[in-house]
Amino acid sequence: MTETAAHAVLRGVTRVYPGASQVHALGPIDLDIAKGEFFSVVGPSGCGKSTLLDVLAGLNPPSAGTIVFEGKPVAGSVPDGVGVVFQEDASFPWLTVRDNVAFGLRRLGMDAAEIARRVDYAVGFMGLADFAGAYPAQLSGGMRQRVCIARTLVLQPRLILLDEPFGALDQQTRLLMGDELLRLWRETGATVLLITHALDEAAMLSDRVGVMSSRPGRFIDLVETGWPRDRDSRIVSDAAFGAVTARLWSSLRTESMKAIGRG
Amino acid sequence: MSRRQGVLDGTLILLAILAVWQGLYQYAGSAALTPPWATVRYAVDLLGTPNFWGHATQTLSAFAWSVAISAVLGIALGLWFGAFRFAGDVAEPMLASLYTIPKVTLYPVMLLLFGLGPSAKIAFGVIHGLIPVVLFTLGAVKNIRPVLLRTARSLRLSPIQTARFVLVPAVLPEIASGLRVGFSLCLLGVLIGEMFASQRGIGFLIINGINSHNVKLTTAVTLIVIVFAVGANSALLALDRRLHHRG
Amino acid sequence: MTRSTRILRARWGVSLGLIVLLEVACRTGLVPPLAVLPPSEMAAAMVELLTTEEVLANVAATFSTVAVAFLGAVLIGFAVGVALHGIPRLRRAIDPLLASYYSVPIFVFYPLLVALFGLGALPLIAIGFLAALPAMLIATLLGLDRVPPVLRRVARMHRLGPARTAALVILPAALPNLFQGIKLSLAYAFIGVIAGEFILSGGGLGYAIAYAYESFDNRTMYGLMLFVLLSAVVSNTLLSAWESRLQRRRGRG
Ligand SMILES: Nc1ncnc2c1ncn2[C@@H]1O[C@H](COP(=O)(O)OP(=O)(O)O)[C@@H](O)[C@H]1O
Ligand SMILES: [Mg+2]
Repeated sequence: MTETAAHAVLRGVTRVYPGASQVHALGPIDLDIAKGEFFSVVGPSGCGKSTLLDVLAGLNPPSAGTIVFEGKPVAGSVPDGVGVVFQEDASFPWLTVRDNVAFGLRRLGMDAAEIARRVDYAVGFMGLADFAGAYPAQLSGGMRQRVCIARTLVLQPRLILLDEPFGALDQQTRLLMGDELLRLWRETGATVLLITHALDEAAMLSDRVGVMSSRPGRFIDLVETGWPRDRDSRIVSDAAFGAVTARLWSSLRTESMKAIGRG
Repeated sequence: MSRRQGVLDGTLILLAILAVWQGLYQYAGSAALTPPWATVRYAVDLLGTPNFWGHATQTLSAFAWSVAISAVLGIALGLWFGAFRFAGDVAEPMLASLYTIPKVTLYPVMLLLFGLGPSAKIAFGVIHGLIPVVLFTLGAVKNIRPVLLRTARSLRLSPIQTARFVLVPAVLPEIASGLRVGFSLCLLGVLIGEMFASQRGIGFLIINGINSHNVKLTTAVTLIVIVFAVGANSALLALDRRLHHRG
Repeated sequence: MTRSTRILRARWGVSLGLIVLLEVACRTGLVPPLAVLPPSEMAAAMVELLTTEEVLANVAATFSTVAVAFLGAVLIGFAVGVALHGIPRLRRAIDPLLASYYSVPIFVFYPLLVALFGLGALPLIAIGFLAALPAMLIATLLGLDRVPPVLRRVARMHRLGPARTAALVILPAALPNLFQGIKLSLAYAFIGVIAGEFILSGGGLGYAIAYAYESFDNRTMYGLMLFVLLSAVVSNTLLSAWESRLQRRRGRG
């Protein structure tokens, strides 16, 4: 597979939540995510972003359409090589930070020394080294989210799906975490799909940003940023950055108004 | 779930219970219990006799007294423990521990203190029902989100307004749950009290039926007690749910 | 002195204060001395009684009955709870029954239980079991309800099968409620067995207390009563201490 070949392909993907109310949450969506691409999704809250992530990860089946990851259809289970960081706090309260991060590796039956090495690296990478022995209840919300990120990253997924992972962080930490994510993305060559509600975050991190309509979520704009691969948060002072953010906002503004009932 | 389905499911459960009952009768025989239909008929007959109502009024009045005392005393104590954090923290595990003791062993003490009359039964009902009311009320007060009180202050509500519009609505659902549990346990307490060393009341009827092998009477009275308990509880549970959904 | 030691001391202080108060009230005749024994004499009576063979046999009988009822209730209550959690429709239908379960004295079923299981320890075990079962069942249901859905999704992301999901994610997440259920089950099994003995049976501690009451033997009655109450409080306190250690490890203590 070449650098630009599609890593994940969505065709006509739709999701209607079954049940009495039949909420049409998503789609139809057509999207190709290239291997090694950093793709972000922005959209008004409740528009179906988390639903898109669920369907792409194989956690929920689409009501219509197909999803292909690395040439194989996604159906019924999470494919090998996909890592997910959820929007909610998903740390295990009964495990220490270290054991949380090691959780997935232990299930794979990796040898202890290798697990310790990888876990120490990930814990340090996420700035949690001083809290390796702490339980989640002793951490702030932002730190718990970093535990979850580390727990997914140690698995070295080839496609990383992140659902508003920095939502609980303050703006400065958010920028720095963005830099770390970019570094990780460059070093591993993984494909990243990042869901966020922060336009500047999407503009700064991504190769491409998809703007979603209000529910049912569809892409109403795809914005190429054209950033170099070795970018970092200093790009916010670049003149082009303002243009990208402005375009995202103009696409999003009417949709956001619809979402709060002023459409 | 639709209402129709709820009624259907309720009916199915009822039929299943009747089938098990009939099966038990076939298996264990008439020395243990009477079959459903005969029991219902006898229970209906029983409900028409003044003798039964003589016993029933005894039980109901003792029950009503113990519920009233448990509710008033329990809410007062719960509010007090809730308001004074330290007292509450000291008392809570002690009360929880008291809740787990076999209270029946205390019944002789009640008899020695109050004599054989209704007061012993009422006291025994209160022993059962009081603690849950205290614990639920205490929990409700303790768990009020502080931001609600700060909001009340920022809106410059008077203490009475704060109580009326913020405190009471915030604690009411939990207190209602406590009262529901207290209600059940008061009934249990009064019935047990009547089963031991009493000459009147529903509990006495049951134990008397057991001792004199009057299976017909025992089964019918048991059925009446169960129907009453389940009916009253379902009503309270529905109320409880309505209160909680508001929150 | 930290707040928690102050609370602990206050708790001891209040308990001792109440005991002393009762002692004084009994000694001064404020409480009719024929009705209530002073705590010091209760304790002395208890110690004396616990050296007699007859009482020890009763203790053994009651405790073993409770143990069997308790273990049975925990295992079966858990299993039924798990099954019921998987069938929400059935669960909704029997919810009113579960909610009113504890207002019906279980001993009314004693004749039925005797007919089913014969005389002897089995009907009493059944009473203790029936008293404890719903506590475990309800706690299991609650525990499973409270497993955050996102944790199940994490399990799927890690591609865990059903057995490993249950063992590594669901059970630990539900553990605080399960523990609560275990604690309550022990209490209810004890309550049920003692009450069953007290009202109906010819053996065990409960019956011994009732018998002492009826033969006006206050000393024996109060000695045994104190022992029963202490057993309940001590076992409950031990389980609570274990529970809060478990919770503290999760940083919520
Ligand atoms: N399990 C569900 N059942 C029914 N509707 C749902 C469910 N989950 C989400 N929805 C609805 O689908 C829509 C999209 O939800 P979601 O994907 O979580 O939005 P976002 O992540 O963009 O905020 C919302 O209107 C939400 O209420
Ligand atoms: Mg979302």
